[in-house]
Amino acid sequence: MARAVSSRARLGWSAVAWVIGLLIFFPILWTILTSFKTESEAIASPPSLVFFDWTLENYEVVQERSNYARFLWNSIVIAGGSTLLGVLIAVPAAWAMAFQPTRRTKDILLWMLSTKMLPAVGVLYPIYLICIRLGVLDSKIALVVILMLINLPIIVWMLYTYFREIPGEILEAARMDGASLRSEILYVLTPMAIPGIASTVLLNFILAWNEAFWTLNLTAVSAAPLTAFIASYSSPEGLFFAKLSAASTMAIAPILILGWFSQKQLVRGLTFGAVK
Amino acid sequence: MATKASASAARLMMAPAVTLLLGWMLVPLVMTLYFSFADYRPLRGAFEPWIGFENYERFVTSSSFWDAVTTTLTMVGGILVITVCFGILLALLLDKPIYGQGVVRILVIAPFFVMPTVSALVWKNMMMDPVNGILSHVWRFFGAAPHDWLVQTPTLSIILIVSWQWLPFATLILLTAIQSLDGEQLEAAEMDGAPPLKRFWFIILPHLSRAITIVILIQTIFLLSIFAEIFVTTQGSFGTRTLTYLVYQRVLESQNVGLGSAGGIIAVILANIVAIFLMRIVGKNLDA
Repeated sequence: MARAVSSRARLGWSAVAWVIGLLIFFPILWTILTSFKTESEAIASPPSLVFFDWTLENYEVVQERSNYARFLWNSIVIAGGSTLLGVLIAVPAAWAMAFQPTRRTKDILLWMLSTKMLPAVGVLYPIYLICIRLGVLDSKIALVVILMLINLPIIVWMLYTYFREIPGEILEAARMDGASLRSEILYVLTPMAIPGIASTVLLNFILAWNEAFWTLNLTAVSAAPLTAFIASYSSPEGLFFAKLSAASTMAIAPILILGWFSQKQLVRGLTFGAVK
Repeated sequence: MATKASASAARLMMAPAVTLLLGWMLVPLVMTLYFSFADYRPLRGAFEPWIGFENYERFVTSSSFWDAVTTTLTMVGGILVITVCFGILLALLLDKPIYGQGVVRILVIAPFFVMPTVSALVWKNMMMDPVNGILSHVWRFFGAAPHDWLVQTPTLSIILIVSWQWLPFATLILLTAIQSLDGEQLEAAEMDGAPPLKRFWFIILPHLSRAITIVILIQTIFLLSIFAEIFVTTQGSFGTRTLTYLVYQRVLESQNVGLGSAGGIIAVILANIVAIFLMRIVGKNLDA
């Protein structure tokens, strides 16, 4: 829809959009900037936006004092592990539902979605108890499994909506040309499914990275990911604004970058295909 | 064209996912249900497997339950109003031809990717802190006394923090919906001399109604269980205790598992009422 728009109107809308965009982004920007200040500059009044002595000191202190790398590693293992495990389990299921639909497929999909709506707090104690009994409280494996289960419905749904867009005729054509089931899957279906699987992995990695109910309640020290690490900053201790900023920046930077790539999938994944 | 062999193969392929989710849903829920009828306080070594509906009675009749329900409704309602209204405005704005649209989009979407503990702490310390927060600098600049957000208006503060996190979600979905709108219809209306407000009210808004419903339903489900934002800001004090937080406190902090489980079951029932509506919409969409 290319409508002629006067460049003046365009300039006006652009100005408004940029001001609002920057206002919304400001808390993040401010945190990033503060992370490069010294503690005394961080509480200077009035605060300075960019004219201060830039320093990397906070990042060093955060790493030294609290071993940031370990929390980062836990986040990577938990988010990555739960996503990969989830995709491994979900791909066959979504595949079957997309290509061999039965009368019950729709009901199964809706039922899966309904498990996502169970408020976590309703099952908090049983899960806590099971983890204690199995000796996996504060272990990465427990969180990998739990976050996988939480996101499994979304993973199945996303893959299902992607797989359904692969035209079935192509399969038949390949079969007519004498392709075996193995080469059909390997050479025809997989290349077409990979973009969908990739976006699913991306979005679910982000969701698992940011999950903050189970990670806060089921970890203490050894398995604590970044969500819990940041929460430990909730009680201020002396001069800490710059260090809090540095820790926050490190916790969100990787996901902000990944998030950039996943904008489109976000809508599709979180609305279960209802808005595309 | 599903042959018998491939049909059973399909069942086999679905089995792991279905079994796992069934277990994940049923086992803990049955346990919670069981505990909710028991007097179970592990720290005191009390376990009395059947006390009838006593936990439910105590949970529902305590004033903290009704406070929590009010707080939950205020928060969810406030956040929904803010995110939907501003989401529509932002989506309309981002739909305009603007310079650097891609960058503006990223700026607007970014908060959604910030983990809840970070956004809560950043807002608490960098924005809303009565001494050092940016907002108090702004207040002082205009000669007003700084406002201690999380103490004086704790519920409003949490509403603002969570709205900031969810505004991108609403905006993105509404923007996607606006972009699917048929441009010719709008042009025709414009040529017929319909003013912008009328065009919005009679063409754009009806077109958005389904997307708005979906935003409301999905957000409600996530918002009913906001936890980290309260955990790191007020810890449920100053009247910011939602139903989720109340159950958490009963179960893990005061270790009254029976009472907390009854609350958990009530939370599950309330969430399911919302869920039924969402499922209907999504289900309809599957047939299309």
